[in-house]
Amino acid sequence: MIEFTLNGRSVRFEGNPLTRLIDVIRDDLGLTGTKEGCGEGECGACSVLRNGKLVTSCIIPVGSVAGDEIVTIEGLRDTDQGRCLVDAFAEAGAVQCGFCIPGMVMAAQALLLTNSHPDEEDVRMAISGNICRCTGYDLIVDAVLLASRKGEGLW
Amino acid sequence: MTRIDDRIRRVDAAEKARGEAVYLCDVKMEGMLNARFVRSTIARGMIDSIEVPQLPDGYWFISARDIPEGGRNSLVMIAGDWRCFADGDVRYVGETIGVLVGPSPAVLKALEKEIRITYTEREPAITIDDAIAVKGGPILEKDDVHCSLVSEKGENVEDVLARADEIFEETIETGFQEHVHLETNAAICCIEDGKYTFYISCQCPFYVRKSVAGLLGLQPSDIRVKQTTTGGAFGGKEHFPDVLAGPLLVAESVIRKPIRLVFDREEDMLYSVKRHPSKIVFRTGLDKDGNLLGSDIDVYYNCGAYLSSSYVVLQRGVFHANGVYDFPSTRIHGYGMATNTFPSDAFRGFGAPQTLFAIETHLDHIAAKFGFDPVEYKRRYFLKQGDETVTQGHVVEKVVLEEMLDQVARKSDYWRKTKEYARGGGRGIGMSFYNHGGAFTGNGEQSIIKAHLKLVKDGDRFTILCGQTEMGQGFRTILRKIVASVLEIDMDDVVYDNPDTDCVPDSGPTAASRSTMVVGRLAEEAAMQMKERLDEEHVEIETEYRHPDGHPWDQSTFKGDAYLGYGWGCACVEVEVDRLTNEVKVVGIWSSHDIGKAIDELIVHGQVNGGIIQSLGYASMEKMENRNGHFRQTSMSDYVVPTSMDFPRQEWGLVDNPYEWGPFGAKGMGELVFNGADAAYIDALERALDVTINRIPMPVEDIEGVRHD
Repeated sequence: MIEFTLNGRSVRFEGNPLTRLIDVIRDDLGLTGTKEGCGEGECGACSVLRNGKLVTSCIIPVGSVAGDEIVTIEGLRDTDQGRCLVDAFAEAGAVQCGFCIPGMVMAAQALLLTNSHPDEEDVRMAISGNICRCTGYDLIVDAVLLASRKGEGLW
Repeated sequence: MTRIDDRIRRVDAAEKARGEAVYLCDVKMEGMLNARFVRSTIARGMIDSIEVPQLPDGYWFISARDIPEGGRNSLVMIAGDWRCFADGDVRYVGETIGVLVGPSPAVLKALEKEIRITYTEREPAITIDDAIAVKGGPILEKDDVHCSLVSEKGENVEDVLARADEIFEETIETGFQEHVHLETNAAICCIEDGKYTFYISCQCPFYVRKSVAGLLGLQPSDIRVKQTTTGGAFGGKEHFPDVLAGPLLVAESVIRKPIRLVFDREEDMLYSVKRHPSKIVFRTGLDKDGNLLGSDIDVYYNCGAYLSSSYVVLQRGVFHANGVYDFPSTRIHGYGMATNTFPSDAFRGFGAPQTLFAIETHLDHIAAKFGFDPVEYKRRYFLKQGDETVTQGHVVEKVVLEEMLDQVARKSDYWRKTKEYARGGGRGIGMSFYNHGGAFTGNGEQSIIKAHLKLVKDGDRFTILCGQTEMGQGFRTILRKIVASVLEIDMDDVVYDNPDTDCVPDSGPTAASRSTMVVGRLAEEAAMQMKERLDEEHVEIETEYRHPDGHPWDQSTFKGDAYLGYGWGCACVEVEVDRLTNEVKVVGIWSSHDIGKAIDELIVHGQVNGGIIQSLGYASMEKMENRNGHFRQTSMSDYVVPTSMDFPRQEWGLVDNPYEWGPFGAKGMGELVFNGADAAYIDALERALDVTINRIPMPVEDIEGVRHD
C-alpha cells in the first residue's frame, strides 16, 4: 500500500505501485484537471507539484511518491495563490485551447514558490518544459509576470 | 455593457485554467467500453488473412464485415473514397482494418498484438516523385493523380517565356507538418434516447454526421453529434474525427454500449493526417533588367492514399501561388498526387502556405541574382484593388501592403539592417508578404454551405445557435461579443454553448477562416434585427448567408472572384547564426496584419503570436520523415515543436481596413497568421549564411548540407 498526501489529504493506493501517478490522479481519484498530452514527460500537460517541485505525473510511478506531498490544479486553484494565477491567465489572454494551461499554472506556481519576482527570461525558462501549440507563449509569459506583480506578498 | 473595442476576458479562460473544462478524455459514462484500432502495418498490398484469437467475454473485434447491408464502407469527406475499414487491400501504414472494443485498455493493447494479419506486399509510392513515376504501378485506375486543375491569366505563358531574356527555373519543396494539438483525437459513441450520439473533439460536428451516416445506411439527421471542449485542432480535427467516428459507429451498431476512443500521442502522431508535402516548380520569364514577365508554375501536393478533401486544398494552393503579386501572365497547374502515405488533410492555411512559401522564396532568389533588395523588388509587384487575380477575377478590396511594410520596416529597422548586414556575415534579416482568402472559395458559401444562424431572446437572455466550434481560437467569446455589442448589453447575457447538431442550425464548418467573417456577420445581422424587437418577450431570428452581388465565380472553370476579402500580412525575422555550429538564434520577430478590424485585440494578439510560432516551427524544426510509408517521428521527443525558449517576444501590429461584408468590418485571420513567417525566416537565414535554400523544414542539422550545395 502506498500512502501520500494529495492536495492536503492523505491518500492510500493499494494497486500496482508501477501505476503512473497521472492514472491514479485521474482515474482512481477522479481529478481530471491534470491532462495527458504525450505520456512521456515531454509536454508538461500533466504537471503537478511534488514537495513543491514541478514534475510530470505521466512518467512517475505512484510507488515512488510514497510519503510525498502532491499538489494538482484542484489543490491550487482555490488558494490565494491559485486564484491569483487563474485570474492573471484570464486577464492576460494566455488561454486558448486550454489543454496545456493547468500544467502551465502548475509550472508558474513552482517558479513563484522559489522566485516571487521573476523576469521574462526566468519565466521562459520555468515554462520551457510545458508545450503550448496555440499561443506562441508571449501571453503566457505576460500572465506569469502579471501574477507575480498582482500577487505581491502571496509568494 | 460590452463594446466591441473593450478589452475583455475570454469566456472560457478561467474554467480552462482551473482545470474544470471537460475535454473528451474527462467524460465518463456508466458501462463505458474502450476501443483500439487495429491497423495496417504495410504501405500497400493485399490482405491475405486476418486471424483473430478467441476474445475474452465482453470483447469484440469489428471490421468491414460488420457494416450492415445497405451501408457503404465510405467516409464522406468531400470525396467519399476514404474507407472506414480497409477491405481486401491496404493503401497506407496505419489504415484502419478493424477496431477492438472492450472494458480494459491494457487488455485491448495486448489483444491487438495477438491479431495476425498476413499480406502480399506491393512496392509503395511514398513521395511526389514516386507518384509522378507511378512507382509500383498505378494506385488509381491509370496513374497516381488524384486531381488536377489549371489556372491561367494574361498572355499565353509559353509565348511570354519564348520572348523572355532569361528563364529562371527552380523547384521549392515543403515537408509534412503534424498538428500536435495538445489534446489528441478522441470520441465517444453511444445511444441516447434511441439515437446514435457522438461526443467528440472536433471542428465540424455536422461534417461528422454527414461523413458516417451512410455506413449504416442512415441519414445525417439520424445521428446526433455533440462537440466537447476541443483542445486545439489547427485543421487536424476538421475531417479527421470522421476517421475515428466511422469505426465507432459500426461498433456501436453491434455492441450498443458507450464506446470511447482516445488516441495516445504516438497514435496521434503516426496515424493522423498531416499538412500536404509539396513540390513547386517555377519557370519564370524575366527581361534583361530582371523585370517579371510571367511564370509557369507546377504545383504538386502529396495527398496520400485517399483524395478526401485534397482537391479543395490543392485549389487553394493554386489560387495563392502568385502570392501578393501582380504577375502580368501566369499559368498554374496543380496536381494532387496519390501516394501510399497517410492521407494528407486540412492544416491551418489549407494549401496556401506551401505555394506562398514557394513564391516568396522564389522572388527572393530572383532578387538576389539581380542584386535587388528583395523587399524593393517585391513591392514593385504588390497587388492593388482592381488588379486581375490568377483566376481572372479582381482584387475587390483596398490593399494596404505599403502601409504594413512601412509599419514593419520602422519597427524592425529593416532598411538600415538590410544595407548594413553583409551577406554571409552571420546576421540576417528577412521579410515576407502573404495573404489568405477568407471563407470558402468563390461562391461556395452560397452554393455549398448556405450557413444559417439563430438568435433567440427569452426575457433578458439571448442565445446564439449555430454550429461553429470553439477549438481555442476564441470564437465563443468573439460571437458573444459581437451580439452583445450590437444589442448594447453585457456579454454575460448572451449564451453560446458547444454545438449539438440536434439543437443548432448548420452554419458550416469551423474552417477556412470563415467563422468570424461569415458566421459572425450572420450573428451581427441577427442582432441588428433583434434590436428592433427588444420589447418582445420571446423572439427567434434566423439569418442566412447571402453572397454579395456582382462577384461571379464559375466552379467548373475556376474563373472569377475566388475571394472577396483577403487577410494580408507582412512578417520580418532577424537571425544570428553561429557560422561554426550553424546554430540559429532568432533575435527579432515583427509583423503587421490587415484583418479588416479586430473584434477582440487580445484574442487576435494570441492568434498572431501562435500562428507565427507555428510557421517558424514549420520552417526551422518540425521535421516529419516518411520511410517506406512509416513516419519516423513517433513522439514529441523526436518531432519537436517550439518551446518558450526557442523564439523571442514578438512585436506585432494591425492596420485598419474595414471589410464591407464582415461584422464590424472584420475579415478572416486564423490561417493568415500562419502563412508567411516561414519565408521571412528562410530569407534571413539565406542572407546570414549566403546560401540558397529550396526546401523546408531546414533544421539546424540540415544547414551544413546546404552550405556545401
